[in-house]
Amino acid sequence: MRDISMERVEETRKNILSIIKSPSLTHEQKLTNLANQADSLMEVLDLPEGLDELLNQSIDTKCICDLAEGHAPVRPRYIVPDYAKFMKEGCSFLQLAPPTDLSEALNHLLIFYKHVPSVTNYPVYVGQLDELLEPFMDTVDEATAKKLIRMFMVHMDRTILDSFSHANIGPEATRAGRILLEVEAELEHAVPNITLKYEEGVTDDDFALEAVRCALHSAKPSFANHRMFSGELTERYVIASCYNGLPLGGGSYTLCRLVLGNIAKRASGIADFKENQLPYVLDIMARYMDARIRFEVEESGFFENHFLAKEGFIRRDRFSAMFGLVGLAECVNLLLEKEGMTGRFGHDEKANDLGVEIMDQIKAFNDHHENPYCEVTGGHFLLHAQVGLAEDENVSPGTRIPIGEEPEELIDQLMVLNRFHKYFPSGTGDIFPIDLTVHRNPEFVLDIVKGAFRKDLRYLSFYSSDSDVIRVTGYLVKRSEMEKLDAGMAVLQNTTGLGLGASKNGHILERKVR
Amino acid sequence: MKAVVNRIIPFSSVDGPGNRTAVFFQGCNIDCKYCHNPETRGICRNCGACVDVCPTGALSYREEGGICYDGTACVQCDACIHVCPHDSSPRTQEMTPEEVYERVKRQIPFIRGISVSGGECMLQPDFLKQLFSLVRADGLTTLIDSNGTIPFWEYPGLMEVTDGVMLDIKAFDAAEHRNVTGVSNETILANAVYLAKHAKLYEVRVVVVPGLYDAERSVKEMGAFLVPYRKTHDFRIKLIAFRPMGVRKQYAGYRVPDAAYLNRLAELLRDLGFRDIMIT
Ligand code: SF4
Ligand code: SF4
Repeated sequence: MRDISMERVEETRKNILSIIKSPSLTHEQKLTNLANQADSLMEVLDLPEGLDELLNQSIDTKCICDLAEGHAPVRPRYIVPDYAKFMKEGCSFLQLAPPTDLSEALNHLLIFYKHVPSVTNYPVYVGQLDELLEPFMDTVDEATAKKLIRMFMVHMDRTILDSFSHANIGPEATRAGRILLEVEAELEHAVPNITLKYEEGVTDDDFALEAVRCALHSAKPSFANHRMFSGELTERYVIASCYNGLPLGGGSYTLCRLVLGNIAKRASGIADFKENQLPYVLDIMARYMDARIRFEVEESGFFENHFLAKEGFIRRDRFSAMFGLVGLAECVNLLLEKEGMTGRFGHDEKANDLGVEIMDQIKAFNDHHENPYCEVTGGHFLLHAQVGLAEDENVSPGTRIPIGEEPEELIDQLMVLNRFHKYFPSGTGDIFPIDLTVHRNPEFVLDIVKGAFRKDLRYLSFYSSDSDVIRVTGYLVKRSEMEKLDAGMAVLQNTTGLGLGASKNGHILERKVR
Repeated sequence: MKAVVNRIIPFSSVDGPGNRTAVFFQGCNIDCKYCHNPETRGICRNCGACVDVCPTGALSYREEGGICYDGTACVQCDACIHVCPHDSSPRTQEMTPEEVYERVKRQIPFIRGISVSGGECMLQPDFLKQLFSLVRADGLTTLIDSNGTIPFWEYPGLMEVTDGVMLDIKAFDAAEHRNVTGVSNETILANAVYLAKHAKLYEVRVVVVPGLYDAERSVKEMGAFLVPYRKTHDFRIKLIAFRPMGVRKQYAGYRVPDAAYLNRLAELLRDLGFRDIMIT
């Protein structure tokens, strides 16, 4: 552990006091922030040389961003427990025998969620709910099942105070899956996020249409390309947090992101970017992630001591890490500008081709970089198109076309996206607000999903242009809650604040309606 | 073979089931008072009135005569179509069936079919037959949106490559129909019967315009007339509320029907046994 200056200690003490006295933070938020302050005093990671100059910079110059993971990771960033094992075997640490009926199953899950850590301190994955509940559907009548599941979903919405929390259903239709969709369409909740793993021919059309109808009411579920994800991560994958594809019974140690637009600012032109700047930053970010992972595995003691690991709900060798990026659009546009060339990302073939070349280069780097603790993904990280932060300005999520610049026709947008989704097994996605008239023709949305997935798009989200629940970048918020917060009232969920920031900085309410 | 195409909408959610590419042909043979895209009615006579009003210089005279339209300069302000004295538009394009097909193909696999509309697309039956044969080879379905004034039974070849027709019945009473559209509805009703019997009637469309004709009586009589044909083949009835958007000034003053009135009409149809009724 390295020394730090007294100045830094004093500064931290001041921060701590202001957190304690803060009028606007809830008690839970204070505890989280106090823990972050304590963590910020730590210097235990073997940081690669040159990192400081890329990481600790203002938002418009930093080239690497570690998304508030702290200085001494006490747990992996995203944890994806094998809830099916829990349903089958119970949990000795929590003193729970396997559930025998639907009420017990739901109650067990709610207990378990309170003990699943993550970077947000709330579970980022709450299970493949249809599969978990289906075996108990015969223990009650249909109406009771619906009532119980409804209470369960309300409980989650009011106690998991962060919509970076994800439930999965599909690809097959089940009774439990149908009830979940029915309930969610009625509740219009922001939490949890839901993804339907969809595969044409495996997922019945009528079930998929139920999902579309639900999405037009409550902005979820999103649709994940099951064929693609299971091809890359095997059938034992989940969608967690925003839209992150991760191994079941494991998760992700860490997620750092390249801010490509800011890396382009360092470059004199395309050649300098490709030959010098990008390789330099890629190398430092990868070694930074290696250092974080090494600490988590070798020093933190998490995998030796936490009950999730001890009882086999997660396994160390089922963890990988997410090599993220944002701002491909801004990067491409800036590089073309520096070369004195015209063309905008998302519109011109030349610009899109440059985007593909940059992605190929990042992929090739990642394919060569080895980390000994990412066995589950062949010793490599997983590329991830990060969705952005509330404070991001002029940074488009992942490889998205900037809001306000979407091509006039959806077909043209889809044909650009299909060149980029394939790079990101740990997640990327695009979001489409849909015109009201589509409520009468949900097949319209399903046709687009089918076509998109045949064309190797990975993940799509839709919401109705007039609905209260809307998708910010990957997570959900309620418009009505944002309005309350904007008017100075306290609101329950942490992500409402992020949504408000994103609606002001990221123009999410100005997406092109389809 | 060529036809004048007003526009092609790559993804449409309102022109039949699922996602479809919609092709709008230029030119119409009747004159509905509430027409909401009157600029598709006439064929351009190259009078030049639109060239002068275009704010961006997207329109110019061709040396060899005619009007030249530059899509990249157009800002879609619609000044040209508002000034056109012939209910036409300079933004149309003469195309062959093969050229239209090329524009449809880009949307595969995102669409399940195409719908052709207008103007009145049945003024180009041979073109449609050719276009439909091309897109059907790709597994797409084909729908015609028509005012029904042209007898479908005279085009068996086209019917063979057509999956369904969306047919307007603008008033059941012949005199009222003449008042709304300028023509009688005799052929239209015969078309409805012909299409229903051959399982090609996908949808019957009724535009409800309070004050223009008695929609309640019309829907009741039309329902009674059509109900026997539900036995051979079930079809949808779509009740469309009049909206002043796009309608020519002299006809834009009609009232928009309220939801209660539209629901009452739907109820009348339900009482007759119709099940698939849509209000938009
Ligand atoms: S809509 Fe017509 S008038 Fe307006 S810019 Fe385009 S061509 Fe010119
Ligand atoms: S579009 Fe109308 S106004 Fe323009 S030249 Fe043709 S007929 Fe004249």
